[in-house]
Amino acid sequence: MTGLLAIFIAIMRRDLRVAMRQRSDLLNPILFLLVVITLFPLGVGPGPDVLSRIAPGVIWVSAILSALLGLERIFRDDFRDGALEQMLLLPVAVEWSVLAKITVHWLLTALPLLVLAPLFALLLNLTPSAWGTLWVTLLLGTPVISCVGAIGVALTVSLNKGGALLSLLLLPLLIPLLIFATAAVEASATGLSPAGPLALMAAIMVLTVVLSPYAVHAALRVSVN
Amino acid sequence: MWRWLHPYAKPEATYRLNQKMLPWFAVPGIVVLAVATIWGLAFAPADYQQGDSYRIIFTHVPAAILSMGLYMTMATAALIALVWQIRTAEWAILAIAPVGAVFTFISLFTGAVWGQPMWGTWWVWDARLTSQLILLFLYLGVMALYAAFEDERTGAKAAGILALIGVVNIPIIHYSVYWWNTLHQQSTITKVITRFEKPSMAPEMLWPLLLNILGFALIAGTLVILRLNNQILQREVRRPWAQAILSGAIPASQAANTGAANTEERG
Repeated sequence: MTGLLAIFIAIMRRDLRVAMRQRSDLLNPILFLLVVITLFPLGVGPGPDVLSRIAPGVIWVSAILSALLGLERIFRDDFRDGALEQMLLLPVAVEWSVLAKITVHWLLTALPLLVLAPLFALLLNLTPSAWGTLWVTLLLGTPVISCVGAIGVALTVSLNKGGALLSLLLLPLLIPLLIFATAAVEASATGLSPAGPLALMAAIMVLTVVLSPYAVHAALRVSVN
Repeated sequence: MWRWLHPYAKPEATYRLNQKMLPWFAVPGIVVLAVATIWGLAFAPADYQQGDSYRIIFTHVPAAILSMGLYMTMATAALIALVWQIRTAEWAILAIAPVGAVFTFISLFTGAVWGQPMWGTWWVWDARLTSQLILLFLYLGVMALYAAFEDERTGAKAAGILALIGVVNIPIIHYSVYWWNTLHQQSTITKVITRFEKPSMAPEMLWPLLLNILGFALIAGTLVILRLNNQILQREVRRPWAQAILSGAIPASQAANTGAANTEERG
């Protein structure tokens, strides 16, 4: 068990260190998110009531799109320099290594998003009573984006031009997440209880975190062979 | 069972089986579909509320049922391809996907055409419609992923994994009308089979509908058989048995009886 934990932590530390040496890669998705959110008030008009009505959807759609930008980093560089094959040869179940990489991806992309979420809510004039719910939906939903995204990247990593294909594969799978997240935020914005959609999101989160490493493993075996 | 199934891992055996089954799907399929469509459109009574508009269900419901059925068939083929590494199952994924995508599109299109006069809108974002749209995207994703790889075996495996992941969507589609308050009505036929309830539909309408479902299923089978056989011939074009059929030396219908000689050929 200690060996497993040691390898899990070693992979996390390595991935974090690699990411820290390419900081612009980390910053760009979150800047992209900020710019997209700035575009909406300009596009649909800055009326406060219009903005507060579309805010949950806009924040969530932008979050998903910006997550897609940085997603390929999970496996792409490791695939190119051969580190991925070494990871598959480690003396632990590949699922654990995959989970470590997914965790790092979540730390690097979702944490900034969670920190900045109140700013986005403020910019889009979201009803203050819904801020907490928005934050909880992001907390529950971003691991799902990282996990499902890892499956997509693992499937397309050996392709040279996987970018557009990756969006085509992943966006349909993320639609349920978007539906429940916006439903929860809208419920609490109108004074209703968001418990139902939040419970469903939590269930989806637990299922994907537990099951997706197996799918990623199968997909990597196909891509690396 | 394995002893019976195992020969069909060989493309040639599958091709022969398909050729034998093709007339049993194609002929009844065309007859049943023609009879049921004419029955449904011309002889079934009009609905007391919707008038003649309801008749679109004779296309809409079978297409929707088959879109999900074909997806499950494709996912089963994907599972077999991934677990037992059988190439014919990989080709079956590609044979089924476009047929399923077209059926999904037909169900969405006929639904929109019916929804315009009945609901007053072409499209609503209710759970049933949205999940069916996701099904269409899944089919398209499987096809796109398959096509993106240069090595077709890798492409087939990747597409197979995606197809298996997408199975999550099938129960969502089926139960969406019960789990959410949808504009789309609840099912009329399934409860007859699963709960032995009386159908909420007059028998004069139910029978042509059931016949149409059978007809659609037979036509779907025909299309998949044709596509799969095309795939097999394309991939195996250099093998002697395929060349014998392609050059017309053996008529395809008789190939089933004569081809035992070159069973040593391996893929």
